[in-house]
Amino acid sequence: MSERSGLGRVVRSSVFLAGLVIVLFWVGCALFGRWLVPIDPYRDDLLNTLAAPSAAHWFGTDQLGRDVFARVVVGAGPILSVAPAATLLATVAGTALGLLTGYVGGWLDTVLGRLIEVLLALPLIVVSLLVLVALGPSTITVIAVIAIIFTPLIARTVRAAVLAERGLDYVAAAELRGESAANIMFVEILPNVLPPILVETTVRLGYAIFTVASLSFLGFGIQPPSADWGLAISENYGMIVGGYWWTVSFAAAATASLVVGVNLVADGIQAALE
Amino acid sequence: MPHLARQIGQRLGLSLLTLLLLSIVVFAGAQVLPGNVGRAILGPLADPAAVAAINHELGADQPLVLRYLGWIGKFLLGDMGQSYVFRSPVAPFVGAALLNSLKLAAVAFVIVVPLSIGAGVYAATRVGRWQDRTISIAGLSLTVVPEFVSAIALILLFGVWLRWLPISAAIRPGTDWLEQLRRLIMPALPLVIVLFGYIARMARAGTVAALEADYTRTAVLKGLPQRTVIFRHVLRNALLPTITVVASQIGYMIGGLVVVETLFRYQGIGSLILMAARGKDLPMLEAGILVVGALFVLATLAADMLQAGLDPRQRAR
Amino acid sequence: MTAPALELRDLSVGYRARGAEALVLHGLSLSIAPGEVYGLVGESGCGKSTAAFAALRALPRNGFIRGGQVLVDGQDITALDPAGLRQLRQTKVSMVYQDPGRALNPSLTVARQIGEVYEVAGVGRSEAFSRAQAMLLKMRIAGPARVMRAYPHQLSGGMQQRVVIAMALAKNPALLVLDEPTTGLDATVEAEVLDLVQVLRHEFATSILFISHNLAVIGRMCDRVGVLYAGRLVEEGAAADLLSRPLHPYTARLIQCLPSGKRKADGRLETIPGFLPAPDDMTPGCVFAPRCEFADDRCRTIVPPLETQPGHQVACHHADRAQCTIAPAPPRLVSAPIAGAPVLRAVGLSKTYGDVRAVRDVSLALLPGETLGLVGESGSGKTTLARMLLGLEAPDPGGVIELDGRFVAGRAKSRTRADHKALQIVFQNPDSALNRSHTVRRLIGRPLARMAGLPRRQRAARLLELVGAVRLAERYLPMRPRQLSGGLKQRVAIARAFAGDPKVVICDEPTSALDVSVQAAILNLLTDLQASARVSYVFISHDLGVVRYLSDRIAVIYLGRIMEIGPVQAVFDGPHHPYTEALLSAMPGAGARIQLHGEMPSPAALPSGCVFQTRCPRKIGAICETTEPELADEAHAIRCHLPRAEMGRA
Repeated sequence: MSERSGLGRVVRSSVFLAGLVIVLFWVGCALFGRWLVPIDPYRDDLLNTLAAPSAAHWFGTDQLGRDVFARVVVGAGPILSVAPAATLLATVAGTALGLLTGYVGGWLDTVLGRLIEVLLALPLIVVSLLVLVALGPSTITVIAVIAIIFTPLIARTVRAAVLAERGLDYVAAAELRGESAANIMFVEILPNVLPPILVETTVRLGYAIFTVASLSFLGFGIQPPSADWGLAISENYGMIVGGYWWTVSFAAAATASLVVGVNLVADGIQAALE
Repeated sequence: MPHLARQIGQRLGLSLLTLLLLSIVVFAGAQVLPGNVGRAILGPLADPAAVAAINHELGADQPLVLRYLGWIGKFLLGDMGQSYVFRSPVAPFVGAALLNSLKLAAVAFVIVVPLSIGAGVYAATRVGRWQDRTISIAGLSLTVVPEFVSAIALILLFGVWLRWLPISAAIRPGTDWLEQLRRLIMPALPLVIVLFGYIARMARAGTVAALEADYTRTAVLKGLPQRTVIFRHVLRNALLPTITVVASQIGYMIGGLVVVETLFRYQGIGSLILMAARGKDLPMLEAGILVVGALFVLATLAADMLQAGLDPRQRAR
Repeated sequence: MTAPALELRDLSVGYRARGAEALVLHGLSLSIAPGEVYGLVGESGCGKSTAAFAALRALPRNGFIRGGQVLVDGQDITALDPAGLRQLRQTKVSMVYQDPGRALNPSLTVARQIGEVYEVAGVGRSEAFSRAQAMLLKMRIAGPARVMRAYPHQLSGGMQQRVVIAMALAKNPALLVLDEPTTGLDATVEAEVLDLVQVLRHEFATSILFISHNLAVIGRMCDRVGVLYAGRLVEEGAAADLLSRPLHPYTARLIQCLPSGKRKADGRLETIPGFLPAPDDMTPGCVFAPRCEFADDRCRTIVPPLETQPGHQVACHHADRAQCTIAPAPPRLVSAPIAGAPVLRAVGLSKTYGDVRAVRDVSLALLPGETLGLVGESGSGKTTLARMLLGLEAPDPGGVIELDGRFVAGRAKSRTRADHKALQIVFQNPDSALNRSHTVRRLIGRPLARMAGLPRRQRAARLLELVGAVRLAERYLPMRPRQLSGGLKQRVAIARAFAGDPKVVICDEPTSALDVSVQAAILNLLTDLQASARVSYVFISHDLGVVRYLSDRIAVIYLGRIMEIGPVQAVFDGPHHPYTEALLSAMPGAGARIQLHGEMPSPAALPSGCVFQTRCPRKIGAICETTEPELADEAHAIRCHLPRAEMGRA
């Protein structure tokens, strides 16, 4: 019965399933959308700008006459490569750093603690802006900035979990048979802190999407002519006063559904692991 | 009591250290990362002589440590430097923007704190039932919706279709405070939406733990009325950690301000930072970011002190 | 005729978890007369706490009453509405549970928490305050004014429990439920709290439902006792009668599991084979049959009813035969310590953390095959001492540890493989000691690979041998710790400790988290392993009975100091150090209790002179406050200024 407890409970949670369906839908769009949409999402049609939704253009067209439906479908791509890449990098680095600081401790722990404090004092978006201004906006920079900012945050979660494990006697038992520090960190402790790492990673993925979308909206994230949702809203939101609601609504709804989906998955995993 | 004084001293010291590191990080971000400040301002195609000239003019050709000391020294005396774009001191811009942002933040906080704590506590008393699930899942989902997304929805709904609220928050001088407040409601709502789920979640978790605690059972078994149990025994212990959470969200909120102020054309610290970033106005950017960070550090410190003061275990050990 | 204070009629209670329901109490009936103290005893999982909560209708949210009635003072409380229930709790029933630190609200003063019991009954604030203070005086609390102002975290565990009891008795209840009220407290504190309850029950004339896993405590406190097994009452009777003449095989066995004065050479302890049935187990017949030596076909098909025997009620088809099992176990061969060079020697070990002097200048030597019992209350430094011996904490400079005459490094990291092999540990809590993501095979196999240095083929054989030696079935090898019971987990931990053929194993309270039947099996196993492997033990425990059973010598520690060390017989018979004397008097079944003054001082502010002088009932004068007595280098050494002739004797 205990074998079923972890994975089985995750899968049976309806919240988790709902989230998973949403996320998988957008992943599908990101991977195959280019071949599924009927109209080229990057083709301008200056004779047919700002057209309302119709049979020809299901979600209407934008200022340049590009098909909004095609752009929303394809727009899942950039954010779903940038945000997961940043999160993955941060998870790997943060886990290693968290294990080190939690188990080895000492000055490394003190320094990291201060650094996290400083990073927390700066809003994510603001730090990203600073670095992106300094280095110039590019996809790689966006990934690097978010990964670097998330690394200590993930390290902090891992460290807390490692500290709790470190106080347990099995770690002392391993030390008493002369195991190396690397063995104790990666063989003894790591398997026991995987659940919180998994939860942290999914939660962070949600925030990464949030941040990338916001940066794109501000013009410092994914750059034109990409079909990215944040960028699309940034390019068109001036129009909504004129009643051209379709130019931004669908991209906004898509962004919202993706972050909510990721978050539901994270919540489902967390509920099952508690 | 000497113990308490020592603790306060310790926390003050740590906060100062954080501020120092913060200033170094900001300085490094603005002055070191670009490699060449003049090049970063003028762009890759500019004439090398022009780049060297602007570097000299800005003092960017001096050793880093000197530049840092000069910058932070002046900063502490209230001189935040000269804006590259406006060719005038930065400080008045930052001061005015900060005041505007504080107004907006205050409106958001006044709405979100009672709302989210109330919802979190209510959910905790209905734990596992549909009311709890609804509040938890809705709160959780709203928390991750970027401000510009919810703002678009709000603008369309209240600004464009229903026409209840103005879609621009820009305030002309002389506007009376009631009109100011009215204009601030819509920009505040996206911030409320993001913060609501987070604070409600913490309040709920704290309340659930306190409801399940042995001391709550003791209170119930004394035959105390439910109101007394909740207000005297549960909430007092449940909401202490929430204080720190609320404070820690101030930093997050300012990040949100960048987006919201831009969208609603409101002249606060967020739109100032973005404007400086777009214009590569490094002194303005540095000053804005450092002020924001300092504000956050101070808020956290205040929350820490407040919590320590309210918790007898921390107060009198 | 007055109504019973509490009557349970055919009460069935269960819990809902993940959509499934499981009954924990099956038709429990019992009755407590006004002024009576009724003890409910049983091992973990038998449902005794559920019975306690059901008696106040205070089950956890997922608990439910499936059937039956709960009558308090003649009133069926299962039918009460919320207001009626509140009224009942305001006036008639109270409860005290295990951990007093958690039963008190951390952010309210003691005055407020006791006072509100009176306030809810309509007493004014200032009157409530003075009544609360008077109540604390009745709890024999010196300086109640100070305690009134205090927050719970500022009080010791014993003081907290007095406050909880004061709160419970403030309403002068008809029924007081005590659920393991002294579990987790130190022996001397436990004895004081139990004494207090004895006095108060007469002062308040309240009826008490006393729940405990500890037979000795139950025997001392209660008029009548019920024995609970798997949610059913299997035996009930007058306390003295039931404990001396148990009629149910389960009760009989449970009593024999206790060391009660025995030594390991006197024979093995009895054990109860098998496991408690799962709550959803629906096997017909007597619930104890699968573990009972007398079980026959009738036991396996027909549930035995609770029948009245002289002085007893018992649910067993073979109630006449249970007595047969009380036969003295045959003496057995145990390894005698080998005189000569000590295998482990520590000289001048101290450990200081900042101001806290946890261990001070401890020297001891352990012979091959010997067991040294280490006795002390919480905060005495016994665990710190063990961790220093192991190298988990480095001793302060100047301390020396030798294995077989060789100097070993202070830190485990700097020790050699031979040192690691020679010195191992069995921890108190197997849940913490075993890595929950590894299988049993890996948990034992890894130490074999590291320490035994065997080739792979031989390693597999040695693994099976080791698993057999700790009586662990091979089918457990692929399982993970969470699939094992507490006793099985502790066997895995013991196998791991023995993987490298250690010379010394430090046992840090290895049985204190286990039920007595499991404890007995583990103690037997440790004795057997010692006889076959000639290993020495340092056995740390707060339970003097267990220490006496297993040890050859005993060291008594107080505030980081060895106060007395000597052969078991000498330490138990006396002459005693005054502290040892107090500890022994706190053992259940001992004679008049020796009261210690006040509480243990903080190791950060040690008293001058003898560290025990602030609490010593036999303090002789100024010399105790100025000069710390020496611990002479003799077989039975006592750190005290008192002449031997004037010391207490058993």
